[in-house]
Amino acid sequence: MTDRRRWHLPSRGLAAAGVAVLIAVLAVFPLAFTNPTVTNFGVITLIFVAVASAWNIFSGFSGYLSLGHAVFYGTGAYFLVIAAKDWNLDGTTVFWLLPLAGAVAALIAVPLGLVALRVRRHTFVVITIAFFFIAQLSASNLSVTGGSSGALAPIPNFASATYNNPFYYVAMLLAAATVVLSVLVRRSRFGLQLRAIRDDEDRAAGLGVRAMPVKLTALVLSAFITGMAGALWVYFIGQAVPQFVFDPLFDLAVVLMAFFGGLGTIAGPVLGALVLEPTQLYLNLQETNGYTSEILFGALFLLVILFLPRGVLPTAAEYANRDAVRKLALRMSPRRGQAGATDGAGPSAAPAGSEPAGTAR
Amino acid sequence: MASEISQAIAAGILGGGVYALMAAGLTLIFGVLDIINVAQGILVVLGAYLSYVLSVHLHLDLLLGLFITVPAMFVIGIAIYWLFIRPLRGAERTSMTLLACFAVALIIEGVLYWQFGSNYVSLTTWYTTSTVHLFDFYLPDIYLIGFGLAVVAVAALYWILYRTTFGRAVRATMQNQVAARLIGIDVNRVSAVTFGIGTAVTAIGGMVYGAISGGFTPNSGYDLISRLLAIVILAGMGSIGGALVAAVFMTTAEALVDIWQPDWSVVVFYLAMVIILTFRPTGLFGRRAARAQ
Repeated sequence: MTDRRRWHLPSRGLAAAGVAVLIAVLAVFPLAFTNPTVTNFGVITLIFVAVASAWNIFSGFSGYLSLGHAVFYGTGAYFLVIAAKDWNLDGTTVFWLLPLAGAVAALIAVPLGLVALRVRRHTFVVITIAFFFIAQLSASNLSVTGGSSGALAPIPNFASATYNNPFYYVAMLLAAATVVLSVLVRRSRFGLQLRAIRDDEDRAAGLGVRAMPVKLTALVLSAFITGMAGALWVYFIGQAVPQFVFDPLFDLAVVLMAFFGGLGTIAGPVLGALVLEPTQLYLNLQETNGYTSEILFGALFLLVILFLPRGVLPTAAEYANRDAVRKLALRMSPRRGQAGATDGAGPSAAPAGSEPAGTAR
Repeated sequence: MASEISQAIAAGILGGGVYALMAAGLTLIFGVLDIINVAQGILVVLGAYLSYVLSVHLHLDLLLGLFITVPAMFVIGIAIYWLFIRPLRGAERTSMTLLACFAVALIIEGVLYWQFGSNYVSLTTWYTTSTVHLFDFYLPDIYLIGFGLAVVAVAALYWILYRTTFGRAVRATMQNQVAARLIGIDVNRVSAVTFGIGTAVTAIGGMVYGAISGGFTPNSGYDLISRLLAIVILAGMGSIGGALVAAVFMTTAEALVDIWQPDWSVVVFYLAMVIILTFRPTGLFGRRAARAQ
């Protein structure tokens, strides 16, 4: 079961080099491209890198698909708007509200998780959708959120030429921290427990995994980052309106990013966000009517689910591995039987190249 | 006050019939295919727009139009099943089909925006404006007609399920898909037709919804699906009878709260669901402990 999701980068050194290059490129990106439209894309995309990775820490690792992460995103967003107004904060000091916004979202996640995590799989998905609608409805009806007309975030006094840059680097920091966190979670005992729950919760419980605390911790962790991202986003956008802060398309976009890149992998959600978010922003810029991007978005989602259900990266890695195994097998033994045995066996047959006979389970 | 309450109860029960029908389609699909059709809400809206096109452009009576829209929605349902649901296999099938349905919903919503824009439209004809005198208050005729249609459709659903060979195959598939396959039931065909039937009821639901809701846009699908999901979860996924009871209970409760707190009345739906789930995770009439996938 776990083998199905394991995929190998060409080598560890190459991967480290790739990450270093990526970070360097991202760091100089706003200096090289000073066009505000471009840096604007950069900020939003990095926010989505963080959100997609955060979503993946909970849903990708545990297998509990959440379609309600907009609740945490929106909670963080509204917290920032209200807190900044009440405490008269503006400029870069507002960024210090982000961890607080995350904490509030994490706090919200506890009761939601205690109710929703009692049920499995599809009922869980549906309950997260219901929570989403409760949140949206509350935001448009409560007075503290400014009702359906929304509330304004403070307008920072950043220099207009480099207005986007502070947001960009905070978003980059958040995205990088989230990716590091997902690596840490995945390698930890906690991450192993999460994946055990994903593969078979009853068996995991039988083996001594305390499922509820583990799932809840993952959800809270995920909500914390999502709340921070939502707060950063609303400060950047400038105002919080219920139907944009709690947007069903947000939930789907995040899920699609993770699915597109590879659910439960580290790089998958990052790749998904880096590819899909700029595409969507660009489409929105080209076709302002809204429905074109909606239709294309739905169609793309269907294509991914139907043809790349495991995501780009795992599928690509599988093909690469299959070729490598085949070549290796051919080189090591020219006899037909062994070469044939590795055909079409996928990545789980990787050891077959070195141990010719009888490795199939 | 008393008349307000009795009127709310009457409107709740009569309006609940329509939700019961839509929820029955949703829960039937879930029971047989193990799929949560989150596109049900937008399909209802699609059904409403089909009725709208027929009545505005072809001047066809809303009730007569059903003879066209019901088969049309049936075909659309089967097409969705064959194109997007049937190819999905494997361990994560349930989650994947849910996402596929969501994607289909998005596409339909986008197409509706493209064709009809975001202005509110509503279905009107003589029996949506005329009223009937009930006890000491008046209700639009369409409430009674809609309730009657819902009762007939649900009765037809029950007749198909419990009095026909096909219905027996459906119930067998609901109970145990592998065993059903073993005794020679074509599960793929049963699934496709079930999906078609579950979708066809949205034509009726959409017509009545379009007439009693006072206006709808392509965006109405979200409101509908969230209510329908709350109903089927409260009832227990897969229980048709439960869905009927839950639908009427929910809409009546909402109509009652609406008298005092119009802004918050929808919350009753979700609040009831959360409370029930806290104490009974399988819902009120749930058959088994939330299938272990």
